[in-house]
Amino acid sequence: MALALGRKPIGLDIAPVAGRSLWQDARTRFLRNRAATASLVVLVLVGLFAAFGQFLAASPPDYVDFGLLGQVKEQGAPSLTNGHWFGLDEQARDLYARVVQGTRISLMVGIVGALVAVVVGTLYGATSGYVGGRVDNVMMRIVDILKSIPYMFVLILLLMVFGRSIFMLFLGIGMISWLDMARIARGQTLSLKNKEFVEAAVATGVKPLTIILRHIVPNLLGVVVVYATILVPEMIIYESFVSFLGLGVQEPNTSWGALISDGTGTMQYGTIWQLLFPLFFFVVTLFAFFFVGDGLRDALDPKDR
Amino acid sequence: MSLLLETRGVEVTFPIRGKGDWPWTPPRLLRAVAGVSLTLREGETLGVVGESGSGKSTLARAILGTIPPTGGKVIWQGRDITGLSGEARRAHAKDVQMVFQDPLAALNPRMTVGQIIAEPLRTHHPEISREEARARVQEIMAQVGLLPNLINRYPHEFSGGQCQRIGIARALILRPKLLICDEPVSALDVSVQAQVINLLKEIQGAFGLSIIFIAHDLSVVRHVSDRIAVMYLGRLVEVAAGKRLIAEPWHPYTKALIASIPVPDPAVERVRVKAALTGELPSPLAPPSGCVFRTRCPVARPSCAELVPETRSEGDRMVACPFAPEEIGQLDNAVTVRAGGI
Repeated sequence: MALALGRKPIGLDIAPVAGRSLWQDARTRFLRNRAATASLVVLVLVGLFAAFGQFLAASPPDYVDFGLLGQVKEQGAPSLTNGHWFGLDEQARDLYARVVQGTRISLMVGIVGALVAVVVGTLYGATSGYVGGRVDNVMMRIVDILKSIPYMFVLILLLMVFGRSIFMLFLGIGMISWLDMARIARGQTLSLKNKEFVEAAVATGVKPLTIILRHIVPNLLGVVVVYATILVPEMIIYESFVSFLGLGVQEPNTSWGALISDGTGTMQYGTIWQLLFPLFFFVVTLFAFFFVGDGLRDALDPKDR
Repeated sequence: MSLLLETRGVEVTFPIRGKGDWPWTPPRLLRAVAGVSLTLREGETLGVVGESGSGKSTLARAILGTIPPTGGKVIWQGRDITGLSGEARRAHAKDVQMVFQDPLAALNPRMTVGQIIAEPLRTHHPEISREEARARVQEIMAQVGLLPNLINRYPHEFSGGQCQRIGIARALILRPKLLICDEPVSALDVSVQAQVINLLKEIQGAFGLSIIFIAHDLSVVRHVSDRIAVMYLGRLVEVAAGKRLIAEPWHPYTKALIASIPVPDPAVERVRVKAALTGELPSPLAPPSGCVFRTRCPVARPSCAELVPETRSEGDRMVACPFAPEEIGQLDNAVTVRAGGI
């Protein structure tokens, strides 16, 4: 295929140099943001706590220490000597083990909710925006209708009718979490699909689904990731609220909302640690998520470059 | 040379919805391209010039098929490709490729140069192995004057001129028969413009492809084009061989365009009377009656408002003005003299 282009192809034998992708640039910018990096470390620690914390517990979360039942106020305060680091709860169970379990469930709820939003919401919104026209109209009106149903009411109804279970909680939260994401993804897609690189792909003859997956979605991800980090704490708050009302997770399972609810119920009995420990994890994690979201937004903002 | 492409009265109409209209209000129709008939031979370069909003880019997209024409026919090597959709259009896309105006915006910022250039190859020849695709990408990069070892770089790491070379490499990798260049140099520096134009000419010589070269600047177009088509408000006003069109323009609009080319000599430029055109392009939603150019034409007469000018052909020259060049010349002698000075 030698072509008489008047110029000898040079450099064919030089090894390729690596390029710096926009993601790598963003990572550098993110790591330069101290608050965001510190928050990320905090999140990793909370994650490790949720994953491996149970190995340090004095007893399983559902083990009732009958010897101390009834004298939690006097004997159950946090102590290093008896291994109940966080003290005991009202039923004389190890609060440390309970918090580990609550953290695990709350994080799971947050991450599953955000994951459903990212996958379903992004694809739904990108498809709706890219196809456009009547399809877009119908798809977005469906979102509007779902959005106009009071989600808390539906979630509570769902938990009442089908029984309180983690699965129902995930289902209910997953059902509402993707709606806003779909709208955001659609808005971004509308501006992306008029870019020339999308037109170039259309002109080349790339199939619509491939264009959405190869050209639209990767360029949406910046916005999606930022929104997802805000969505995780939002989902945790939803779940905590439902659990606080006594409708969320079922005993012996627990979550931050349920633990905080228990803690507030007993705070006038002088066992304030039952409120403070779960509250501390709750607040610290939410703050960390918000800082990481902020850092990601700054790092991924294309206007910054 | 055999005919590669022919457009017969191609029309593109966009429905325009007013803000705040009821959903059942009929949209107003914007005729971006109103009956364009052109021919393109194999290996030929056709320049298309006109102001912004004259429908050049829309015509290009109608030929490409990304905006389907609402009227007329596009005939590709004797085959009507107007109604092609879906799979058939995608298969045809192999033969026609496009180079875009904004070099950076035409490249996906999340993909490496290698992935961008290889995309047409992956689309139409999925059977080609990764290594072979890579080799072909590097080969084409070398041909368009890019260092092949930059294959893993991202578009934002390149200059405008290099980005345009990437765009050209992507358009060429499938060896198309027709390359549509939509203002490929308007966003570049003058020195880089020359490089890119020379590259396009070289490529045409080596690959033997046809080029439709769109620009709003006659001085760029006359460098590359065998023939030039002048568009005004979605219509063709004059088509002629490049040198003849510049030397002896017929249509008053072509004359005005040529008169507005700056002369790179301050002494000449100072005494030269500037462009004869005043006013702005009329709205394509409400084009003037009769000849659409009459509102700005220096030689317009009352009859121009009533009759749509018929296109007259003389040899391979085509003009949409009912007056003989001598007639126009008498009325507008000054413009012709000025144009002759270039």
